[in-house]
Amino acid sequence: MSEERQTPEQSERSEAQRPTARTTDGQGEGLLMRLINSHFIRSIYRTPWPVDRRSRIMTVLNSLVLHLHPTRIPRHAVKVSYTWCMGGLSFYLMLLLTITGILLMFYYRPSPEHAYWDVKYLMNDVPFGRILRNMHRWAAHAMLITVWLHMLRVFLTGSYKPPREFNWVIGVNLLVLTMLLSFTGYLLPWDQLAMWAVTVGTNMARATPFLGHEGPFGPQLGMTPYNDVRFALLGGSIVGENALIRFYVWHCLGFPFIHAWLMAIHFWRVRKDGGISGPL
Amino acid sequence: MAASVTAPPRPQARAGATTRRKFLTDIFSVIGWGTFWSIMGIFGWMFARFFFPNVLFEPPPAFEAGYPHEYPVGSVDGRWKERYNVWIVHEPYGFFALDGTCTHLGCKPNWIEVEQKFKCPCHGSGFRKDGMNFEGPAPRPLDRYKIYLGEGGKLIVDRSVKFPGVPGKNSNELYPQSILRI
Repeated sequence: MSEERQTPEQSERSEAQRPTARTTDGQGEGLLMRLINSHFIRSIYRTPWPVDRRSRIMTVLNSLVLHLHPTRIPRHAVKVSYTWCMGGLSFYLMLLLTITGILLMFYYRPSPEHAYWDVKYLMNDVPFGRILRNMHRWAAHAMLITVWLHMLRVFLTGSYKPPREFNWVIGVNLLVLTMLLSFTGYLLPWDQLAMWAVTVGTNMARATPFLGHEGPFGPQLGMTPYNDVRFALLGGSIVGENALIRFYVWHCLGFPFIHAWLMAIHFWRVRKDGGISGPL
Repeated sequence: MAASVTAPPRPQARAGATTRRKFLTDIFSVIGWGTFWSIMGIFGWMFARFFFPNVLFEPPPAFEAGYPHEYPVGSVDGRWKERYNVWIVHEPYGFFALDGTCTHLGCKPNWIEVEQKFKCPCHGSGFRKDGMNFEGPAPRPLDRYKIYLGEGGKLIVDRSVKFPGVPGKNSNELYPQSILRI
Protein backbone atom coordinates (compact mmCIF):
# COMPACT_ATOMS: atom_id res chain seq x y z
CA MET A 1 0.00 0.00 0.00
CA SER A 2 2.79 2.36 0.82
CA GLU A 3 4.13 1.94 -2.69
CA GLU A 4 0.78 2.95 -4.17
CA ARG A 5 0.72 6.16 -2.25
CA GLN A 6 3.74 7.26 -4.19
CA THR A 7 1.87 7.13 -7.49
CA PRO A 8 2.86 10.23 -9.47
CA GLU A 9 0.37 13.09 -9.56
CA GLN A 10 -1.88 13.26 -12.59
CA SER A 11 -0.51 16.55 -13.79
CA GLU A 12 3.00 15.18 -13.90
CA ARG A 13 2.01 12.20 -16.00
CA SER A 14 4.16 11.77 -19.09
CA GLU A 15 4.64 9.16 -21.72
CA ALA A 16 7.36 7.49 -19.69
CA GLN A 17 5.10 7.37 -16.66
CA ARG A 18 2.03 6.08 -18.50
CA PRO A 19 0.28 4.27 -15.72
CA THR A 20 -0.03 0.53 -15.64
CA ALA A 21 -2.92 -1.46 -14.37
CA ARG A 22 -2.76 -3.39 -11.18
CA THR A 23 -5.19 -5.44 -9.29
CA THR A 24 -6.24 -4.10 -5.96
CA ASP A 25 -3.12 -5.54 -4.42
CA GLY A 26 -0.99 -4.00 -7.10
CA GLN A 27 -0.21 -7.31 -8.75
CA GLY A 28 -1.45 -9.20 -11.76
CA GLU A 29 -0.06 -10.10 -15.12
CA GLY A 30 -2.94 -12.22 -16.49
CA LEU A 31 -4.54 -11.82 -19.89
CA LEU A 32 -7.09 -9.32 -18.56
CA MET A 33 -4.41 -7.23 -16.92
CA ARG A 34 -2.33 -7.26 -20.08
CA LEU A 35 -5.36 -6.06 -22.01
CA ILE A 36 -6.06 -3.34 -19.45
CA ASN A 37 -2.41 -2.34 -19.54
CA SER A 38 -2.32 -2.24 -23.33
CA HIS A 39 -1.45 1.03 -24.96
CA PHE A 40 -4.86 1.22 -26.63
CA ILE A 41 -6.92 0.85 -23.46
CA ARG A 42 -4.62 3.20 -21.52
CA SER A 43 -5.00 5.78 -24.28
CA ILE A 44 -8.78 5.84 -23.74
CA TYR A 45 -8.57 6.66 -20.02
CA ARG A 46 -6.80 9.69 -18.71
CA THR A 47 -6.05 8.07 -15.36
CA PRO A 48 -4.27 4.97 -14.09
CA TRP A 49 -6.15 1.90 -13.14
CA PRO A 50 -7.88 2.91 -9.90
CA VAL A 51 -6.46 1.20 -6.85
CA ASP A 52 -7.74 3.24 -3.94
CA ARG A 53 -10.44 5.68 -2.96
CA ARG A 54 -8.60 8.71 -4.27
CA SER A 55 -7.69 7.24 -7.65
CA ARG A 56 -11.25 6.01 -8.11
CA ILE A 57 -12.50 9.56 -7.60
CA MET A 58 -9.86 10.85 -10.03
CA THR A 59 -10.97 8.29 -12.62
CA VAL A 60 -14.54 9.53 -12.38
CA LEU A 61 -13.60 13.21 -12.39
CA ASN A 62 -11.32 12.82 -15.40
CA SER A 63 -13.81 11.01 -17.62
CA LEU A 64 -16.46 12.89 -19.59
CA VAL A 65 -18.91 10.00 -19.44
CA LEU A 66 -18.26 8.91 -15.86
CA HIS A 67 -18.35 12.43 -14.45
CA LEU A 68 -22.00 12.78 -15.49
CA HIS A 69 -22.68 10.76 -12.37
CA PRO A 70 -21.50 12.31 -9.10
CA THR A 71 -18.60 10.69 -7.30
CA ARG A 72 -20.39 10.79 -3.99
CA ILE A 73 -24.10 10.56 -3.33
CA PRO A 74 -25.73 11.41 -0.02
CA ARG A 75 -27.81 8.60 1.41
CA HIS A 76 -31.07 10.55 1.16
CA ALA A 77 -30.54 11.21 -2.56
CA VAL A 78 -31.38 7.62 -3.46
CA LYS A 79 -34.41 7.49 -1.20
CA VAL A 80 -37.43 7.22 -3.52
CA SER A 81 -39.79 8.51 -0.84
CA TYR A 82 -37.81 11.75 -0.86
CA THR A 83 -36.99 12.33 -4.55
CA TRP A 84 -39.85 10.31 -6.13
CA CYS A 85 -37.18 9.78 -8.83
CA MET A 86 -39.19 12.15 -11.00
CA GLY A 87 -36.24 14.15 -12.32
CA GLY A 88 -34.40 10.98 -13.23
CA LEU A 89 -37.48 9.49 -14.87
CA SER A 90 -38.01 12.68 -16.87
CA PHE A 91 -34.45 12.43 -18.13
CA TYR A 92 -34.88 8.75 -18.92
CA LEU A 93 -38.08 9.44 -20.86
CA MET A 94 -36.36 12.25 -22.75
CA LEU A 95 -33.66 9.80 -23.84
CA LEU A 96 -36.34 7.31 -24.87
CA LEU A 97 -38.16 10.01 -26.84
CA THR A 98 -34.95 11.04 -28.58
CA ILE A 99 -34.14 7.50 -29.69
CA THR A 100 -37.69 6.59 -30.77
CA GLY A 101 -38.08 10.00 -32.40
CA ILE A 102 -34.94 9.54 -34.50
CA LEU A 103 -36.22 6.14 -35.60
CA LEU A 104 -39.64 7.58 -36.52
CA MET A 105 -37.90 10.18 -38.69
CA PHE A 106 -36.67 7.39 -40.97
CA TYR A 107 -40.23 6.80 -42.20
CA TYR A 108 -42.05 10.10 -41.67
CA ARG A 109 -42.23 12.83 -44.34
CA PRO A 110 -43.60 16.20 -43.17
CA SER A 111 -45.80 17.14 -46.11
CA PRO A 112 -49.60 17.16 -46.45
CA GLU A 113 -49.51 14.43 -49.10
CA HIS A 114 -47.40 12.04 -47.06
CA ALA A 115 -47.63 12.79 -43.33
CA TYR A 116 -50.90 11.03 -42.55
CA TRP A 117 -50.15 8.00 -44.71
CA ASP A 118 -46.63 7.66 -43.36
CA VAL A 119 -48.06 7.43 -39.85
CA LYS A 120 -50.56 4.84 -41.12
CA TYR A 121 -47.66 2.99 -42.71
CA LEU A 122 -45.70 3.10 -39.47
CA MET A 123 -48.68 1.84 -37.50
CA ASN A 124 -49.61 -1.02 -39.82
CA ASP A 125 -46.74 -2.16 -42.02
CA VAL A 126 -43.35 -1.06 -40.71
CA PRO A 127 -41.73 -3.83 -38.62
CA PHE A 128 -42.17 -2.86 -34.97
CA GLY A 129 -43.46 0.50 -36.18
CA ARG A 130 -46.57 0.36 -34.03
CA ILE A 131 -44.74 -0.21 -30.77
CA LEU A 132 -42.16 2.38 -31.81
CA ARG A 133 -44.75 5.05 -32.40
CA ASN A 134 -46.70 4.11 -29.29
CA MET A 135 -43.54 4.26 -27.20
CA HIS A 136 -42.94 7.77 -28.50
CA ARG A 137 -46.51 8.79 -27.86
CA TRP A 138 -46.86 7.32 -24.39
CA ALA A 139 -43.41 8.43 -23.30
CA ALA A 140 -44.38 11.97 -24.31
CA HIS A 141 -47.52 11.82 -22.19
CA ALA A 142 -45.57 10.26 -19.32
CA MET A 143 -42.78 12.82 -19.51
CA LEU A 144 -45.20 15.67 -19.08
CA ILE A 145 -46.59 13.95 -15.98
CA THR A 146 -43.16 13.21 -14.49
CA VAL A 147 -41.97 16.77 -15.17
CA TRP A 148 -44.98 18.19 -13.35
CA LEU A 149 -44.51 15.76 -10.44
CA HIS A 150 -40.80 16.64 -10.31
CA MET A 151 -41.80 20.28 -9.99
CA LEU A 152 -44.27 19.40 -7.24
CA ARG A 153 -41.60 17.41 -5.36
CA VAL A 154 -39.09 20.25 -5.61
CA PHE A 155 -41.73 22.61 -4.29
CA LEU A 156 -42.83 20.37 -1.42
CA THR A 157 -39.26 19.71 -0.26
CA GLY A 158 -38.37 23.40 -0.51
CA SER A 159 -35.56 22.59 -2.91
CA TYR A 160 -36.14 25.83 -4.80
CA LYS A 161 -34.66 27.88 -1.96
CA PRO A 162 -31.25 29.58 -2.19
CA PRO A 163 -28.76 28.71 -3.57
CA ARG A 164 -31.05 26.72 -5.90
CA GLU A 165 -33.46 29.49 -6.87
CA PHE A 166 -32.01 29.98 -10.35
CA ASN A 167 -32.23 26.27 -11.08
CA TRP A 168 -35.96 26.57 -10.42
CA VAL A 169 -36.06 29.21 -13.17
CA ILE A 170 -34.24 26.90 -15.58
CA GLY A 171 -36.64 24.13 -14.57
CA VAL A 172 -39.66 26.28 -15.41
CA ASN A 173 -38.16 26.93 -18.84
CA LEU A 174 -37.64 23.19 -19.27
CA LEU A 175 -41.30 22.62 -18.36
CA VAL A 176 -42.39 25.13 -21.00
CA LEU A 177 -40.13 23.49 -23.57
CA THR A 178 -41.54 20.06 -22.70
CA MET A 179 -45.04 21.38 -23.34
CA LEU A 180 -43.95 23.06 -26.59
CA LEU A 181 -42.43 19.77 -27.72
CA SER A 182 -45.70 17.99 -26.94
CA PHE A 183 -47.71 20.62 -28.76
CA THR A 184 -45.56 20.67 -31.90
CA GLY A 185 -45.52 16.87 -32.00
CA TYR A 186 -49.30 16.83 -31.80
CA LEU A 187 -49.66 18.27 -35.32
CA LEU A 188 -47.40 15.79 -37.05
CA PRO A 189 -49.86 12.86 -37.54
CA TRP A 190 -51.86 15.35 -39.66
CA ASP A 191 -55.22 13.85 -38.74
CA GLN A 192 -58.39 15.64 -37.67
CA LEU A 193 -57.39 15.70 -34.01
CA ALA A 194 -54.01 17.21 -34.86
CA MET A 195 -55.47 19.71 -37.28
CA TRP A 196 -58.10 21.11 -34.92
CA ALA A 197 -55.98 21.00 -31.80
CA VAL A 198 -53.37 23.10 -33.52
CA THR A 199 -55.97 25.35 -35.13
CA VAL A 200 -57.38 26.11 -31.70
CA GLY A 201 -53.92 26.35 -30.12
CA THR A 202 -52.55 28.79 -32.66
CA ASN A 203 -55.79 30.79 -32.63
CA MET A 204 -54.78 31.74 -29.11
CA ALA A 205 -51.74 33.45 -30.64
CA ARG A 206 -54.13 35.82 -32.44
CA ALA A 207 -54.94 37.34 -29.07
CA THR A 208 -51.32 38.05 -28.08
CA PRO A 209 -51.03 41.63 -26.82
CA PHE A 210 -49.27 43.89 -29.36
CA LEU A 211 -48.16 40.94 -31.54
CA GLY A 212 -51.51 39.35 -32.45
CA HIS A 213 -54.02 40.82 -34.87
CA GLU A 214 -56.91 40.23 -32.45
CA GLY A 215 -55.04 41.04 -29.25
CA PRO A 216 -54.98 44.24 -27.20
CA PHE A 217 -53.29 47.05 -29.20
CA GLY A 218 -52.57 44.60 -32.04
CA PRO A 219 -54.75 46.25 -34.73
CA GLN A 220 -53.53 49.68 -33.65
CA LEU A 221 -49.97 48.54 -34.33
CA GLY A 222 -50.96 47.38 -37.82
CA MET A 223 -51.25 43.66 -37.07
CA THR A 224 -53.17 41.62 -39.67
CA PRO A 225 -53.53 37.85 -40.19
CA TYR A 226 -50.60 38.19 -42.60
CA ASN A 227 -47.96 39.79 -40.40
CA ASP A 228 -48.61 38.88 -36.78
CA VAL A 229 -47.04 36.33 -34.43
CA ARG A 230 -49.46 33.58 -35.51
CA PHE A 231 -48.33 34.10 -39.09
CA ALA A 232 -44.72 33.54 -38.02
CA LEU A 233 -45.66 30.38 -36.13
CA LEU A 234 -47.64 28.89 -39.01
CA GLY A 235 -45.68 30.33 -41.94
CA GLY A 236 -49.04 31.41 -43.35
CA SER A 237 -52.52 32.45 -42.34
CA ILE A 238 -53.89 28.90 -42.14
CA VAL A 239 -52.71 25.58 -40.71
CA GLY A 240 -51.26 24.29 -43.98
CA GLU A 241 -48.12 22.73 -45.37
CA ASN A 242 -45.91 25.56 -44.12
CA ALA A 243 -47.22 25.00 -40.62
CA LEU A 244 -46.51 21.27 -40.86
CA ILE A 245 -42.86 21.68 -41.88
CA ARG A 246 -42.37 24.43 -39.30
CA PHE A 247 -43.78 22.37 -36.47
CA TYR A 248 -41.72 19.41 -37.66
CA VAL A 249 -38.45 21.34 -37.58
CA TRP A 250 -39.21 22.91 -34.20
CA HIS A 251 -40.23 19.50 -32.84
CA CYS A 252 -37.27 17.49 -34.15
CA LEU A 253 -34.42 20.02 -34.07
CA GLY A 254 -35.18 23.48 -32.71
CA PHE A 255 -36.73 22.70 -29.35
CA PRO A 256 -34.60 19.59 -28.59
CA PHE A 257 -31.47 21.70 -29.20
CA ILE A 258 -32.56 24.34 -26.67
CA HIS A 259 -33.88 21.62 -24.37
CA ALA A 260 -30.54 19.76 -24.33
CA TRP A 261 -28.58 22.89 -23.41
CA LEU A 262 -30.97 23.83 -20.63
CA MET A 263 -30.89 20.27 -19.27
CA ALA A 264 -27.09 20.33 -19.21
CA ILE A 265 -27.16 23.60 -17.26
CA HIS A 266 -29.91 22.24 -14.99
CA PHE A 267 -27.92 19.14 -14.04
CA TRP A 268 -24.69 21.11 -13.67
CA ARG A 269 -26.39 23.51 -11.29
CA VAL A 270 -27.79 20.63 -9.24
CA ARG A 271 -24.22 19.44 -8.71
CA LYS A 272 -22.69 22.86 -8.12
CA ASP A 273 -25.44 24.00 -5.76
CA GLY A 274 -24.63 21.14 -3.44
CA GLY A 275 -26.17 18.07 -5.01
CA ILE A 276 -29.67 16.85 -4.41
CA SER A 277 -31.14 18.79 -1.53
CA GLY A 278 -31.46 16.99 1.75
CA PRO A 279 -34.15 16.78 4.39
CA LEU A 280 -33.89 19.67 6.81
CA MET B 1 28.86 69.91 -27.25
CA ALA B 2 29.17 69.20 -23.62
CA ALA B 3 25.69 70.24 -22.94
CA SER B 4 23.74 67.21 -22.01
CA VAL B 5 20.76 66.44 -24.17
CA THR B 6 17.72 65.44 -22.25
CA ALA B 7 14.34 64.41 -23.54
CA PRO B 8 11.70 67.03 -23.13
CA PRO B 9 9.48 66.23 -20.18
CA ARG B 10 6.40 64.20 -21.05
CA PRO B 11 3.30 66.29 -20.72
CA GLN B 12 1.67 65.37 -17.48
CA ALA B 13 -2.04 64.87 -17.69
CA ARG B 14 -4.02 66.72 -15.13
CA ALA B 15 -5.86 64.45 -12.78
CA GLY B 16 -9.16 63.42 -14.24
CA ALA B 17 -8.45 64.96 -17.64
CA THR B 18 -8.86 62.92 -20.82
CA THR B 19 -5.54 62.07 -22.32
CA ARG B 20 -5.09 61.72 -26.07
CA ARG B 21 -4.54 57.97 -25.65
CA LYS B 22 -7.69 57.56 -23.58
CA PHE B 23 -9.65 59.65 -26.07
CA LEU B 24 -8.51 57.52 -29.02
CA THR B 25 -9.15 54.19 -27.31
CA ASP B 26 -12.61 55.41 -26.34
CA ILE B 27 -13.33 56.37 -29.94
CA PHE B 28 -12.11 53.00 -31.22
CA SER B 29 -14.13 51.23 -28.57
CA VAL B 30 -17.30 53.04 -29.57
CA ILE B 31 -16.69 52.41 -33.28
CA GLY B 32 -15.76 48.77 -32.74
CA TRP B 33 -18.54 47.79 -30.39
CA GLY B 34 -21.02 49.96 -32.27
CA THR B 35 -20.23 48.13 -35.49
CA PHE B 36 -20.39 44.76 -33.75
CA TRP B 37 -23.77 45.35 -32.14
CA SER B 38 -25.18 46.99 -35.28
CA ILE B 39 -24.31 43.91 -37.28
CA MET B 40 -25.71 41.67 -34.54
CA GLY B 41 -28.90 43.73 -34.65
CA ILE B 42 -29.14 43.31 -38.41
CA PHE B 43 -28.60 39.56 -38.03
CA GLY B 44 -31.34 39.49 -35.39
CA TRP B 45 -33.72 41.33 -37.69
CA MET B 46 -32.85 38.98 -40.58
CA PHE B 47 -33.48 35.99 -38.30
CA ALA B 48 -36.92 37.31 -37.35
CA ARG B 49 -37.81 38.39 -40.89
CA PHE B 50 -36.92 34.92 -42.19
CA PHE B 51 -40.01 33.52 -40.48
CA PHE B 52 -42.40 35.76 -42.45
CA PRO B 53 -42.60 34.40 -46.02
CA ASN B 54 -43.29 36.82 -48.87
CA VAL B 55 -45.07 34.35 -51.13
CA LEU B 56 -47.85 32.09 -49.90
CA PHE B 57 -49.33 29.04 -51.58
CA GLU B 58 -52.74 29.23 -49.96
CA PRO B 59 -56.16 30.47 -51.10
CA PRO B 60 -56.13 34.27 -51.65
CA PRO B 61 -58.04 36.46 -49.16
CA ALA B 62 -60.47 37.78 -51.81
CA PHE B 63 -62.41 35.51 -54.16
CA GLU B 64 -65.16 35.73 -56.77
CA ALA B 65 -68.36 34.08 -55.57
CA GLY B 66 -70.44 33.97 -58.76
CA TYR B 67 -73.46 36.08 -59.77
CA PRO B 68 -76.02 37.32 -57.24
CA HIS B 69 -78.90 35.54 -58.99
CA GLU B 70 -77.28 32.19 -58.17
CA TYR B 71 -78.27 32.76 -54.52
CA PRO B 72 -82.01 32.47 -53.82
CA VAL B 73 -83.48 34.95 -51.36
CA GLY B 74 -83.51 33.52 -47.85
CA SER B 75 -80.72 31.00 -48.52
CA VAL B 76 -77.63 30.26 -46.48
CA ASP B 77 -75.13 29.07 -49.03
CA GLY B 78 -72.17 26.86 -48.14
CA ARG B 79 -70.64 26.37 -51.57
CA TRP B 80 -67.54 28.35 -50.56
CA LYS B 81 -67.26 26.90 -47.08
CA GLU B 82 -64.93 24.04 -47.97
CA ARG B 83 -62.42 26.23 -49.82
CA TYR B 84 -62.72 29.63 -48.19
CA ASN B 85 -64.64 28.94 -44.95
CA VAL B 86 -67.33 31.50 -45.80
CA TRP B 87 -71.13 31.32 -45.66
CA ILE B 88 -72.98 33.62 -48.09
CA VAL B 89 -76.39 34.63 -46.78
CA HIS B 90 -78.99 36.26 -49.02
CA GLU B 91 -81.75 38.00 -47.07
CA PRO B 92 -84.48 40.24 -48.52
CA TYR B 93 -82.48 43.27 -47.36
CA GLY B 94 -79.19 42.15 -48.98
CA PHE B 95 -76.17 39.86 -48.98
CA PHE B 96 -73.63 39.34 -46.27
CA ALA B 97 -70.69 36.95 -45.88
CA LEU B 98 -70.24 35.12 -42.56
CA ASP B 99 -66.91 33.78 -41.40
CA GLY B 100 -67.41 30.04 -40.83
CA THR B 101 -65.25 30.06 -37.70
CA CYS B 102 -66.93 29.62 -34.33
CA THR B 103 -66.23 32.56 -32.03
CA HIS B 104 -65.73 30.18 -29.11
CA LEU B 105 -62.62 28.17 -29.99
CA GLY B 106 -62.40 28.26 -33.77
CA CYS B 107 -64.29 25.14 -34.90
CA LYS B 108 -66.61 25.17 -37.93
CA PRO B 109 -70.36 25.39 -37.18
CA ASN B 110 -72.81 23.75 -39.61
CA TRP B 111 -75.96 25.36 -41.01
CA ILE B 112 -79.04 23.35 -40.00
CA GLU B 113 -81.79 24.28 -42.44
CA VAL B 114 -84.74 22.86 -40.49
CA GLU B 115 -83.78 24.71 -37.35
CA GLN B 116 -82.59 27.83 -39.19
CA LYS B 117 -79.42 28.06 -37.12
CA PHE B 118 -75.68 27.48 -37.21
CA LYS B 119 -74.63 24.76 -34.78
CA CYS B 120 -71.04 24.15 -33.73
CA PRO B 121 -70.14 20.44 -33.38
CA CYS B 122 -67.39 21.05 -30.84
CA HIS B 123 -69.16 22.62 -27.86
CA GLY B 124 -72.70 23.24 -29.08
CA SER B 125 -72.65 26.96 -29.76
CA GLY B 126 -75.65 28.14 -31.80
CA PHE B 127 -75.99 31.19 -34.05
CA ARG B 128 -78.96 32.75 -35.81
CA LYS B 129 -79.03 33.33 -39.54
CA ASP B 130 -77.58 36.82 -39.12
CA GLY B 131 -74.72 35.41 -37.07
CA MET B 132 -76.04 36.35 -33.63
CA ASN B 133 -75.02 33.88 -30.93
CA PHE B 134 -77.89 32.61 -28.78
CA GLU B 135 -76.79 29.33 -27.16
CA GLY B 136 -73.69 27.52 -26.02
CA PRO B 137 -70.34 28.97 -24.97
CA ALA B 138 -69.70 31.27 -27.96
CA PRO B 139 -69.15 34.76 -26.50
CA ARG B 140 -70.09 36.86 -29.56
CA PRO B 141 -71.76 36.75 -32.99
CA LEU B 142 -70.03 35.27 -36.03
CA ASP B 143 -67.63 37.62 -37.78
CA ARG B 144 -68.45 39.01 -41.22
CA TYR B 145 -66.35 39.70 -44.26
CA LYS B 146 -66.70 42.48 -46.78
CA ILE B 147 -68.85 41.50 -49.78
CA TYR B 148 -69.30 43.69 -52.86
CA LEU B 149 -70.05 43.59 -56.58
CA GLY B 150 -67.07 43.34 -58.88
CA GLU B 151 -66.79 45.02 -62.26
CA GLY B 152 -68.14 41.95 -64.06
CA GLY B 153 -71.22 41.91 -61.87
CA LYS B 154 -69.97 39.03 -59.78
CA LEU B 155 -69.98 38.93 -56.02
CA ILE B 156 -66.55 39.34 -54.45
CA VAL B 157 -65.82 38.37 -50.85
CA ASP B 158 -62.76 40.03 -49.36
CA ARG B 159 -61.59 38.08 -46.34
CA SER B 160 -58.91 40.62 -45.51
CA VAL B 161 -61.62 43.07 -44.40
CA LYS B 162 -63.32 41.70 -41.31
CA PHE B 163 -66.27 42.98 -39.29
CA PRO B 164 -65.78 41.27 -35.92
CA GLY B 165 -68.88 40.32 -33.99
CA VAL B 166 -69.35 42.25 -30.78
CA PRO B 167 -71.10 40.62 -27.78
CA GLY B 168 -74.76 41.58 -27.57
CA LYS B 169 -74.67 43.74 -30.71
CA ASN B 170 -76.49 42.85 -33.89
CA SER B 171 -74.01 43.03 -36.74
CA ASN B 172 -76.73 44.29 -39.11
CA GLU B 173 -77.01 47.47 -37.04
CA LEU B 174 -73.36 47.64 -36.02
CA TYR B 175 -71.98 47.18 -39.53
CA PRO B 176 -74.41 48.43 -42.19
CA GLN B 177 -71.43 48.36 -44.57
CA SER B 178 -71.23 44.59 -44.19
CA ILE B 179 -74.51 44.25 -46.10
CA LEU B 180 -74.57 44.36 -49.89
CA ARG B 181 -77.92 45.81 -51.01
CA ILE B 182 -78.75 45.17 -54.64
